[in-house]
Amino acid sequence: MSILLHAPALLIAIPLLAAFASVFLNRIGKKALSAWVVFALLATEAIAVLLLLDVMSGARHVYSLGASVPGIVSSTGFPVRIVLVGDALSAMVVFVAITIALLAGIFSTKFIEEGKEKFYSLFLLLTAGMAGLSLTGDFFTMFVFLEMLSISSAGLIAFFREGTSFEAAFKYMVVSSIGILFLLFGVGLLYGKYGFLNIAAVASMAAMQFSFIDGVALALISAALLLKSGAVPAHLWKPDVYQKAPAPVVAVLLTSGLVGVYLLFRILFMIVPGAGISQAVGSLIAGIGLVSIFVGVTMALKQESLRRLMGYAAVAETGYILLAIGTALSVASFASVFSMNALMGGIFHIINDAIDLGFLFLAIGAVSYVAKTDNLSEIKGLAHKAPGLSVIFLIGLLAISGMPPLNGFASKLMIFESLYFFSPLLSIVALLGSMAMLAIFVKVFASIFLGPAFKGTVRKLPRRMAFVLLCFVLTMILIGFFPGLVVDLLVEPAAAALTSSCSYIGGIL
Amino acid sequence: MISLPFIAVVVLIAFGLATVLFRKNMIKIVMGVSVIGSGVNLLLVSLGYRESAIAPIFTSAETTLMVLPTPQALTLTSIVISMAVTALMLALAVQIYRHYGSLSTEKRRLKE
Repeated sequence: MSILLHAPALLIAIPLLAAFASVFLNRIGKKALSAWVVFALLATEAIAVLLLLDVMSGARHVYSLGASVPGIVSSTGFPVRIVLVGDALSAMVVFVAITIALLAGIFSTKFIEEGKEKFYSLFLLLTAGMAGLSLTGDFFTMFVFLEMLSISSAGLIAFFREGTSFEAAFKYMVVSSIGILFLLFGVGLLYGKYGFLNIAAVASMAAMQFSFIDGVALALISAALLLKSGAVPAHLWKPDVYQKAPAPVVAVLLTSGLVGVYLLFRILFMIVPGAGISQAVGSLIAGIGLVSIFVGVTMALKQESLRRLMGYAAVAETGYILLAIGTALSVASFASVFSMNALMGGIFHIINDAIDLGFLFLAIGAVSYVAKTDNLSEIKGLAHKAPGLSVIFLIGLLAISGMPPLNGFASKLMIFESLYFFSPLLSIVALLGSMAMLAIFVKVFASIFLGPAFKGTVRKLPRRMAFVLLCFVLTMILIGFFPGLVVDLLVEPAAAALTSSCSYIGGIL
Repeated sequence: MISLPFIAVVVLIAFGLATVLFRKNMIKIVMGVSVIGSGVNLLLVSLGYRESAIAPIFTSAETTLMVLPTPQALTLTSIVISMAVTALMLALAVQIYRHYGSLSTEKRRLKE
């Protein structure tokens, strides 16, 4: 089937074309633009699902751009072309990313009222960047997609054209472009040593002849990706950006951070175990995760502004993923049930983090839309006027703080359980962080929804926004009740794909 | 092995980083980022350089030793991207100046 054959390329091409076409479609009308954007995102989503269904069994799609037969990377054993790889892990990441983008896109057809064509062309560029980043199989395309991601997100962060949002965008741009330049430096070092840009080709050689240069390059690349995902100590841009960017944009931005986490582990799992430094690197990453949880939670406790608070909570949530997968990496023998469980918990948490935090930011967007103000500290006692919204908001809060029977609980339990085996201390800190998160979110809920009735007038929540929020809530509850299903179908193949780096390298070269 | 271009790379990146870290003016910060970018581009080009080789577009030259074409392609792409980044950052700086009448990063308006 030819759509499936070209799926990795189409996943990038459709949003990219749709981005530029959306400027022209705006001439026809606002409705046509919205319909076009939703259509393009739906088409991308359909292809992502097709790809995911196909690779779930452990197959791998390798797509080399510009080759007469896309499946063949190199006839001479010398990989020169740009390669896109869709395996169980990257297809899962792309599926999550496109799903969040689709829902946020539908949400913003009502949420964004002015300048839709500008918003959507940047939004679709951001989506294309995320898709490209999750599928890329070589280092230089990774650089290009990262830049594409940060340029379009800077535009979106400043979308409301307030002084502070420009400031947030400037900060984001400085931090991320320096990070990406360091990544390019690292890529240059690897190219200078091996003469390849293909990740699989570089990794197969770097794992065997690991030297100081590889160490420096790996450190630079990892630092850039950690920065993109907003882990401590490079987390400072996150609360600023999350405070000022439009709500649907934050949902997508946060997913793009998770794509950064995915790339980090894809690269580390290919090079590090073979080079025999997995204990050092894994513990370092787990340590960063632990500090991220601690800093995220403690800083969130003292925040006045709700969206800053959520930004710090997002730092802590990224910390859980880093902690779990870092711990699994540090033992590097994936035969044991515990390390495999930690790994799967981390991957599962990538899905849940995107759903829960994405939902919460969209719900905050809905709150500010309903109450017609961006200043959330003005809003009090909204439960009297918008009871439905307050109930689903509460469900989201419980999910993110890991309460059963919602999805956040399922993945956090996997993480806690398996970490306990490695060191009870890790498990305790992670658990305490989760509990503090619950306390913070109870405070948030009380401040917005409870208390004497909201005085201002309240707009009705448009049906489309309500539909998106309900989709999220349903997913959370379904995953919460049937976590085994998700683990079997999505997470386990993904974990297998992550750990079997030899077959990944062999499949590409 | 260590030659002049690589020293220049280190110097450029160090200057760029120092500018970004210690200057308070946004335009200077943008310049700093741009200088780091030039340093990285110089690294890429010098990695592909071969002594007394020809440009990789001549096919019937006397020597067959060519400088590596890939780093040059990379550098071109990276130059184009860094132009976009610089333009965007300057545009943001202009907007910030219009809102606040100052380019200093000292006053933080985003609340802690």
